[in-house]
Amino acid sequence: MGLTVELAAVAKAYNGNLVLTDCSYTFAAGGDYLLLGDNGSGKSTLFRIAALLEAPDRGQVRYLEGERVLAPDIHLKRRLTLVFPKIGVFSRSVFDNVAYGLKIRRMHKHVIQQKVFKALEEVGLTHKSSQPAATLSSGETMRLGLARALAIAPEVLFLDEPTTHIDKANTRLIEACIRRIRQEGDLTLIIITHDPAQAERLGGRRLLLSKGRIREI
Amino acid sequence: MDTILQGFISAMWLITHLNPELTRIILLSLEVSGLALVLATVLALPLGALLALKPFPWRGVWLSLLNTGMGLPPVVVGLFLYLLLSRSGPLGFLALLYTPSAMIIGQAVLSFPIVTSLTHAAIVGVDPVIRLAAQTLGATPFQEAVTVIREARYGVVAAVIAGFGRVSAEVGVVLMVGGNIANYTRVMTTAIALETDKGNFDLGIALGIILLALSLMVNVALRAVQRHGRVPAGVRLWD
Repeated sequence: MGLTVELAAVAKAYNGNLVLTDCSYTFAAGGDYLLLGDNGSGKSTLFRIAALLEAPDRGQVRYLEGERVLAPDIHLKRRLTLVFPKIGVFSRSVFDNVAYGLKIRRMHKHVIQQKVFKALEEVGLTHKSSQPAATLSSGETMRLGLARALAIAPEVLFLDEPTTHIDKANTRLIEACIRRIRQEGDLTLIIITHDPAQAERLGGRRLLLSKGRIREI
Repeated sequence: MDTILQGFISAMWLITHLNPELTRIILLSLEVSGLALVLATVLALPLGALLALKPFPWRGVWLSLLNTGMGLPPVVVGLFLYLLLSRSGPLGFLALLYTPSAMIIGQAVLSFPIVTSLTHAAIVGVDPVIRLAAQTLGATPFQEAVTVIREARYGVVAAVIAGFGRVSAEVGVVLMVGGNIANYTRVMTTAIALETDKGNFDLGIALGIILLALSLMVNVALRAVQRHGRVPAGVRLWD
């Protein structure tokens, strides 16, 4: 059913510049959210903090399963994932890139193979599984990032501008995939986009990050 | 000119007929340099990775020292090692002076800064998004480090090969702490120096040819490793 993500008065500054002043919001378990905001408004910073990759200067990030607050340890971190616009391709095959998250969880080889091919099928990259991942186009690379995330079946998925610098065909493929994830998966999905048309196409609860605060629109 | 030509002809004969003395010298050279490199690599890889991946006290100072160490004069290393290992030195009780072990230690000291520095450079050169990607996919700090080192594998191999290049052609340390004793500590470089002094140019030239061939092989391997590492990035540019 996904996890609840609770941000309480989160603040963050870089070199004295306050990026997030007082961000408080509760992303309900299983909810679909779109986070909008201008460039430099702190959306990616908020994502890194919410995904437990970076600590806030002030405030708190809490994950809840029902009423139970979860400790921010590696077990919790393995239940969520974030896909950046630059996904960070490992210099291995497409298959190995998708298998990475499963291998580090020490899953059985057969299970890995099954999950990897399911994820690759989801993003339409099955035919490129043995290709070096670095040779993919930018659109395919983003789809690889999505497959890598889907393979580990996260309960909270953060997508940071999943279609930036990507052609229309790949954008449509990724958006279709996002819609399928929503229908099939029990996960909390939070997507950053600065494209109002895309927000319209994807639907979901819209939030605006402006002047360091989140508000619903 | 005649001497050089005669030397070459004799050298070819020695190489093709695998003179036992020549074989012994070549094998000892490979053994000393190989073991020295293994020793240096075992210590250098973790240190290079640690310097690249973890906040380290005095990191800048360590890196400056290591970079300086890359140009360490072999005779200076030989001198210090001689003083340490000589009978009256602090490690004299080990009785290592004028043994292949002393030569291995000396060459390990010479190659250690090169392997460490180049390993550090290779790991630091890995795109930071790789580390972030590993984190987002649930890697533990150790798995994250292994992933980054794996991404730097071509650079790390190049570091080890560069270390081998440094020690295989070196003469100062092995001469000072090995003593160039026939059938015991005589290696290619010290033998070339000695045979030239004695006027035995044929053995000197034969060894020189083999040493050059070895150096060429090391460089070909280095180039192959670097080219292999560059291919994926190159392809990506054409997208």
